[in-house]
Amino acid sequence: MSAIQQSFKNVMDWVDARLPVTETYEKHMSKYYAPKNFNFWYFFGVLATVVLVNQLLTGIWLTMSYVPTADGAFASIEYIMRDVEYGWMLRYMHSTGASAFFLVVYLHMFRALAYGSYQKPRELIWILGMVIFIALMAEGFFGYLLPWGNMSFWAGQVIVSLAGAIPVVGEDLAVWVRGDFNISGITLNRFFALHVVLIPLVLIVLVFLHILALHEVGSNNPDGVDIKKNLDEDGKPVDGIPFHPHYTIGHDLPAIVGFLFLFSIVMFYFPDGGGYLIEAPNYEPANPLKTPDLIAPVWYYTPFYSMLRAATFPLFGLDAKFWGLVVMAGAIALPIVLPWLDKSPVKSMRYKGWASRIFLTVFIIAFFILGYLGTQHPTAGRTLVAQICTGIYFGYFLLMPWYTSVEKTRPVPERVTMR
Amino acid sequence: MKKLIIVLLMLPVLSLSSLSHAAGGAATYPLMEMEPDLNDKASLQRGARTFMNYCLGCHSLQYQRFVRTADDLGIPHDLMMEHLLFDPSARIGSLIENTMTVEHARQWFGAVPPDLTLYTKLKHGPEYFYTYMHVFYEDESRPLGVNNLLFENVGMPHALLELQGLQRKVCKEIPRLAENGGEMRDPLSGEPITAKACDKELIERGFSPLELVEGTGQLSPEEYDQVVYDLANFLYYTGDPNRLDRERIGVYVLLFLAFFFVVTYMLGREYEKEIH
Repeated sequence: MSAIQQSFKNVMDWVDARLPVTETYEKHMSKYYAPKNFNFWYFFGVLATVVLVNQLLTGIWLTMSYVPTADGAFASIEYIMRDVEYGWMLRYMHSTGASAFFLVVYLHMFRALAYGSYQKPRELIWILGMVIFIALMAEGFFGYLLPWGNMSFWAGQVIVSLAGAIPVVGEDLAVWVRGDFNISGITLNRFFALHVVLIPLVLIVLVFLHILALHEVGSNNPDGVDIKKNLDEDGKPVDGIPFHPHYTIGHDLPAIVGFLFLFSIVMFYFPDGGGYLIEAPNYEPANPLKTPDLIAPVWYYTPFYSMLRAATFPLFGLDAKFWGLVVMAGAIALPIVLPWLDKSPVKSMRYKGWASRIFLTVFIIAFFILGYLGTQHPTAGRTLVAQICTGIYFGYFLLMPWYTSVEKTRPVPERVTMR
Repeated sequence: MKKLIIVLLMLPVLSLSSLSHAAGGAATYPLMEMEPDLNDKASLQRGARTFMNYCLGCHSLQYQRFVRTADDLGIPHDLMMEHLLFDPSARIGSLIENTMTVEHARQWFGAVPPDLTLYTKLKHGPEYFYTYMHVFYEDESRPLGVNNLLFENVGMPHALLELQGLQRKVCKEIPRLAENGGEMRDPLSGEPITAKACDKELIERGFSPLELVEGTGQLSPEEYDQVVYDLANFLYYTGDPNRLDRERIGVYVLLFLAFFFVVTYMLGREYEKEIH
């Protein structure tokens, strides 16, 4: 052992006696064994982390030049775009990052649905993930008001006024959220505080817990086979490989670079995303007297926005708007209990029966249709389609205890397969 | 009887079209084609000149600076100061603002003239502005004597009237359409059979309902097209002044990432070999 290695070891021994650095590194990196049969769908967890870091870093620099007041916000964004050195790059990284975040998170969630990653013993990972998703929606919503464009204003107006549909306390609640009788500079200030301080803190803590819970029980895999059942003489899973460096560098790094390539194409050449990433009405400042022709949320909220609008009739003496709120909140919250809805003895879609496959496929199609309808003017026909798709969305979850218990599953192999 | 059946068959079509009107899909004047070119510095410079001389009195570019514009368009600072910067208190680093107050604007035009920095972004491209500047016409019922086909009852005067000249709304003789959709022709001479059409009917058939009054403008229609093109091109630039820079840098970023992907992919394959 050379003198340098010896002194490094001495330093690490000193630190380890006081803080378990080496132990933590081994538990979570070099001796964390992940199944060797990960496929394409297993990129999106790490990609979500990459985007989270992107949002945090670009967000810090944007905050340095942003002015969170009704008078200054819109102009400060243009100041960042024009006068701050590479400000446009920071801003487009942040705005493209917001959409990329939802894209990778949706794909990450789809992976969990397809391979049963929410099933025992991973219920807590799933629940924490769902809470992250809800926090992310809040983060996106608060952030969307900050440019103080006209769509920012009206989207905020529509969503906050939903609280007003709650019986008895609704109106007071809406005023309490806004801090004013209308969306105003006061609302902007508090949304800014929530967007840059509270929700990011919550997100970081939740992501930390999400990963901690994952490393406690180990990763699922496309076969849904428990790799801890087959250990070698050293007690390592036969079908597991060390997370670092095999997954971090061997598997994830090329994926991250590939993702950044696609990300850069959008960021450098289509930063507005054809009006889906940055909407045209947001190129004029907030104007309470001028409603945009069509108030549509950004694409990642549109499936839920469609379900909100799908409730068109009053019930039990409460108006349709309230029931829309209930449907939307239900649609967001219902997946939390998914681990207890799935009664299937197998995890992965590879070994589940036809009913599960058909339900998942139809569910995904309905979700896409809802997403599209949320960007369009509602018509009688479209509302009907949205109602049907809302039914399918809820049906997928609520009927799951039935169709997962009656369908015929296929035999699960003992070891993971490499296909 | 036949007519009744036709009317009944047409009903769903009619109700559908009225629905689309209610939803705000009313047919407006079709937008004219216009292909902006940010590499045409001469066009952008002419556009800047037209803007400073004809537009800035009412419309600001409050998010854009003189110095940035001069640098991006290749205008020397002293020439910019001398010929395009009229406010004696403004400096080369100032934002392109004007001195009209909100109160005055409301009094004079009934509304505040919008800032135009981001106008082409707001309108999904420069085509709206390009068309808008082409379709002002004489309308005695309006306080400023003109109206606009694209923006009905607009509060703005035709700022480029002296260049374009006055346009009047006219009815024109256009070919009649047969029931099969084709143009009707005289069976003997082969000449098209025409009928008088006005306003919306002309627009729907692809004709302009406007006619230039001879001798009222300083420029020929072609020269005027160029002036409006340059102006639209300039506003396309102010909407996103980083566009050329961004697209240039993007190439290097993508080239680097493509190269880096190959390296990381090959590295990944080495690790893969250890697994299998």
